[in-house]
Amino acid sequence: MKFVDEFRNPELGRALSAQIAAEVEPRRHYKVMEVCGGHTHTIYKYGVDDLLPANVELVHGPGFPVCVIPMGRVDDAISIARGPGVIFTCFGDMLRVPGSSGTLLDAKAAGADVRMVYSPLDALRIARDNPDRDVVFLAIGFETTAPSTALTLMRARAERIPNFFCLCNHVTIVPPLRALLESPDLRLDGFIGPGHVSTVVGGRPFEFIPTDYGKPVVISGFEPLDVLQSVHMVLRQLAEGRCEVENQYTRVVPYAGNPRALEVLAAVFELRPHFEWRGLGFISQSGLKLSAAYADFDAERRYPVPGIRVADPKACQCGEVLKGVIKPWECKVFGTACTPERPIGTCMVSSEGACAAYYNYGRFARERQVV
Amino acid sequence: MMRHPAAGAADVERHAQEPKGMRAEVDAREQRVLGRIEQARSRPAHFRDAQITMAHGAGGKATRTLIEGLLVPAFGSASLGELADAGTVRLEGLGLALTTDSFVVKPLRFPGGSIGELAVNGTVNDLAVAGARPVALTLALVLEEGLPAEALRAEVEAIGAAARTAGVEIVAGDTKVVERGHADGMYVCTTGLGVLDPRASLSPRALKPGDRIVVSGPIGAHGTAIMLARGEFELDAAIESDTCSLWPAMDALLAAAGPGLRCVRDATRGGVASALNELALASGVAMLVRERAVPVDPAVAGACEILGIDPMYVANEGRLVACVAPELADAAVAALCRVQGSERAAEIGEVRSEPPGMVLVETAFGGKRVMDLLVGDPLPRIC
Repeated sequence: MKFVDEFRNPELGRALSAQIAAEVEPRRHYKVMEVCGGHTHTIYKYGVDDLLPANVELVHGPGFPVCVIPMGRVDDAISIARGPGVIFTCFGDMLRVPGSSGTLLDAKAAGADVRMVYSPLDALRIARDNPDRDVVFLAIGFETTAPSTALTLMRARAERIPNFFCLCNHVTIVPPLRALLESPDLRLDGFIGPGHVSTVVGGRPFEFIPTDYGKPVVISGFEPLDVLQSVHMVLRQLAEGRCEVENQYTRVVPYAGNPRALEVLAAVFELRPHFEWRGLGFISQSGLKLSAAYADFDAERRYPVPGIRVADPKACQCGEVLKGVIKPWECKVFGTACTPERPIGTCMVSSEGACAAYYNYGRFARERQVV
Repeated sequence: MMRHPAAGAADVERHAQEPKGMRAEVDAREQRVLGRIEQARSRPAHFRDAQITMAHGAGGKATRTLIEGLLVPAFGSASLGELADAGTVRLEGLGLALTTDSFVVKPLRFPGGSIGELAVNGTVNDLAVAGARPVALTLALVLEEGLPAEALRAEVEAIGAAARTAGVEIVAGDTKVVERGHADGMYVCTTGLGVLDPRASLSPRALKPGDRIVVSGPIGAHGTAIMLARGEFELDAAIESDTCSLWPAMDALLAAAGPGLRCVRDATRGGVASALNELALASGVAMLVRERAVPVDPAVAGACEILGIDPMYVANEGRLVACVAPELADAAVAALCRVQGSERAAEIGEVRSEPPGMVLVETAFGGKRVMDLLVGDPLPRIC
């Protein structure tokens, strides 16, 4: 595939790997967090960490929207989905996220009309095709997916579609990063910044990381060579005692972001005073809800949602995994009680969650391999 | 640019070399955890689900749990325990293979095939990869009230044509009609009977480290064609299902590498990845697949890339995966390449001893990863 294969060239990978090895101090242990689930997926899918020296450790951060949805919100979604005449639509990953008593997939099997869609516009089309039924779209994601939800709502309003509703769980990237950096048990040297979010917000929102916390950030693309190069750039900053936001993903990310997308977000959404994140607790001004102008489309106003806060299961250590305090395999229930087919924590639900990625792709003993 | 006075200095101190032995201790703990997981993976499955979900039909872990945890124990048949594509029966000195299958594909017609053709080929292929020459089929049709006669006629003709091509006779049948809304137009259920070919004796237990893994051509076309035909993606690509009878390919394999042919699987639901995992789990060996060696058509690779799906997990309806003794692997590939439809057969990896029961992939990028059984449906990722 043109413009893709070039970023998966193994020879270039090996060359970068050698450069990284030359960059590190052998006596030092480096921890670099890739914030975005897309990076986590790339790292495991291509075996990128095999090309890093043993003392460079990649920590998988909270940047996958499915992994940070608290159980109570899933319960709210299921309660709406079970409503009479409702067609409930969501992205595929959300179907298997556990609430306190089952998943949306279970609700579907029990008779709820739950449908997987690939974009909010698909959900709007279903609303157009079924004018006598309420169609609810479960919106999730960071600034990456929020503009497409916003544009869909704008279209719904322009077309005066009265039976389309949105259960908004959109979140913003900066507050959880700040919360992570404030966490006393955090041990990180630098960040691989989220490429897709940055296409919308640009690089500026991340400048507080070097300014306030003294950690380098490199905004990265999603091909394996992108990730390797970004790791190299973080290590180089550390070696040179520099500390700034660098953009490795210049072919896609303008440093100023996408002003039109930001306008759309401001028109359709407003910040919630606080929003609960799985494993990280309540973070103020980190979640989005529909603004007053779009209140008619707000599923939370249309339906009585239980809104009961469900504490994470005691055994689940998703929060510590997300903060990089422990590795997935160090969680008490990893791989035994909590597996991709029966996830307890959200890190195990999607292939982009740190635990599922490690379980699915990274779980084998290198020493035991006969190569 | 800014320099942060604290950057680096404090961190170097904090990360001063870990106490001697700590690294080794961490590695040992990780190994213990991974060992526990492998034990859990190889334990017999328990079916504990409260209800059937779509995941139970997707050919991944949930399917395995349903079959091994509920069905096999209930029937207590030794042959069934092998979980092969077809069961074998010895009858007065004659070795027979028997298989049954249901076809519930939506839409009924798709680029490169239709449900009728699929029903014949799918059944014939289950016999073929068990090392049996397909002989006869039975056919049960479940028709939905309101199905246009034209659609039924087209499928019946497709069934007849596919059976003639595969050289099997349809010897018995049944027809049922259900009320509107109780079937997607039509379901087709088949039983196939074949005669075991004496040129090979196939079993996962025959796998040995060093054996080579061969696929009979580019993978993932059928599942991708169906996904695109459902029209959910607004993707337009000229991808056709690979549905065909695998007996000619199997016949060529038996002739070229019969004594060295260990085990063959039809890579349908769950794709090549699931077929290899089933073999690894059943035989206790490991597999290593070289991603770069796996043939995938560019259109299929592109569509899967856009959907965030790994073609290794995508269903095929005319592709087999064979494990062959190393000295006969080249002959096996060459023989397949001479068969129409298998011209792009390739060796994609090898059987190893470690880590037992697991399939590893050497990625095209140069790293390694596990390729496990699928969990649920291959759902596209969102961002």
